[in-house]
Amino acid sequence: MDRIPILKLGKALLVTIQVDMHDRLATALEEDLTAKIVSVGARGVLIDISALEIVDSFIGRMLDNIAAVSRVLDARTVVVGMRPAVAITLVELGLSLTGVQTALDVERGMRLLGQSPFELLSEPDDDCDSGG
Amino acid sequence: MATHERGALDSLLATHEQEVYQDWIGQLRAEGAFSSGRTSEGELTGECARFLRLLREAVASGDLDVSGPAFASVRDLLTDVSRSRAVQGFAPRETAAFVFSLKQPLFQALARHSEGQFDPFRASWDIGTMIDRLGLHTMEVFQTSREQLIRRQQEEISELSTPVIKLWDGVLALPLIGTLDSQRTQVVMENLLESIVQQGAEIAIIDITGVPTVDTLTAQHLLKTVAAARLMGADCIISGIRPQIAQTMVHLGVELSVVSKASLADAFALALARQGRTVTKLRTPAAAGPAVA
Amino acid sequence: MAETLQIRSSDDVVRVRQRVRLFAVEAGMTLVDQTKIVTAASELARNTLDYGGGGTVEIEALAAPQRGVRLTFADQGPGIADIEAALRDGYTTGNGLGLGLGGAKRLSSEFHVESWPGQGTRVRIARWR
Repeated sequence: MDRIPILKLGKALLVTIQVDMHDRLATALEEDLTAKIVSVGARGVLIDISALEIVDSFIGRMLDNIAAVSRVLDARTVVVGMRPAVAITLVELGLSLTGVQTALDVERGMRLLGQSPFELLSEPDDDCDSGG
Repeated sequence: MATHERGALDSLLATHEQEVYQDWIGQLRAEGAFSSGRTSEGELTGECARFLRLLREAVASGDLDVSGPAFASVRDLLTDVSRSRAVQGFAPRETAAFVFSLKQPLFQALARHSEGQFDPFRASWDIGTMIDRLGLHTMEVFQTSREQLIRRQQEEISELSTPVIKLWDGVLALPLIGTLDSQRTQVVMENLLESIVQQGAEIAIIDITGVPTVDTLTAQHLLKTVAAARLMGADCIISGIRPQIAQTMVHLGVELSVVSKASLADAFALALARQGRTVTKLRTPAAAGPAVA
Repeated sequence: MAETLQIRSSDDVVRVRQRVRLFAVEAGMTLVDQTKIVTAASELARNTLDYGGGGTVEIEALAAPQRGVRLTFADQGPGIADIEAALRDGYTTGNGLGLGLGGAKRLSSEFHVESWPGQGTRVRIARWR
């Protein structure tokens, strides 16, 4: 099964969501992220949703869950790149995503997490690939 | 509409068109149509001549129904006249006068030339009804044209009054002007959010100094925009709130906290401060160029 | 123009989103309006799957009096006992079912829900251009 790749950037984890996720994929992402935060001792999680045209309550709850879990594990989560149409719809839907910090793009998101954007120290990790 | 007395109008116009025309021009002149300065005498007399000709042709068909096919070109001429007058800013009465002032000349012609030929009462009834209906048509077109003009102007005003301005790197300002209806507010807000993405602006100042009243629906749109901007990673500051507007927003039971400042200047200073920037005075003033005349 | 889709798996939910998007584009909707109805469709499709035990959705293109899209979700599940409560719960983020129904209502121009406890539920929404 395809899984969404997770990149390690210094002490942060970067996830770029580019597909219209079905529920199993979203659940798998939550699991993978949780495991990875622990295994690398990550202090921050950056979720790039700039490619998402739709964010419904399921995805919203996934983002909230990830934020909650990472908080428990002493890491912070930032969601970046939400599109205007998506933002307007989420507000109308009533999803406030209060547990989640947001930023305009990856660079600013990294700044929020206290990471320099140039700390691209790490090689992509080998226990998480996109092989299907 | 009856076609009994078609003989009356038909023969009147066929035989005495010039007379009616002269009387009509005289009538219009007496009403001051030539001294308004907005149409030239040549234009107006030309319109009258054309109208009478088309009217004669329509009446000659035998059908006096103003809404029927025989009167199509008559209606078209009136539509053109009416529309151009509406756009040029004529008063409604001046436009109606064009048609209604034809009544008297026609009645006069009827009085002069009808003895023994046809029933004058019937004929004047037909004339009166026909002119009234043509006059109504003229007014309807006038009204519609004015409404279209107003709508177009509103759109232009709307576009002019909602620009998104870049105040500084990462700081946008949206000065709203005039009353905001729900529709316009939605469009404006969507533009602001798009600009936030395009400019990469983390701070947007929405200034409502130029907005006299904000209804609850508009206030809700404002607050929803602030919430949407936050989801995108930008913060909004609202500036220029009048006391009444402040009350409306409070009564909405605001669950979002919106930072607001009295003036756009204060909001800008706050935005700069948030970015860790400040405005300082130069130790030596920048070299002045040639004195400004 | 109309189309009926089965909703039996989470892949179907994705397919519903894609088909509704196409209809919305065809109807000439703005991007924001498209996003709203596709999101509403996603909510209701998920409800049909998770709470209705699976079902169908009929997607219709509307032409008069305005262009738009209409969606009718139907299932033969347990039904909603208290519709009022389900709609009200839409304002909290906890309850999945509640947020879906109330949310879909807020995102639509028109909204109708009928439910027969023990027999099924039908939700119809429409969005105009």
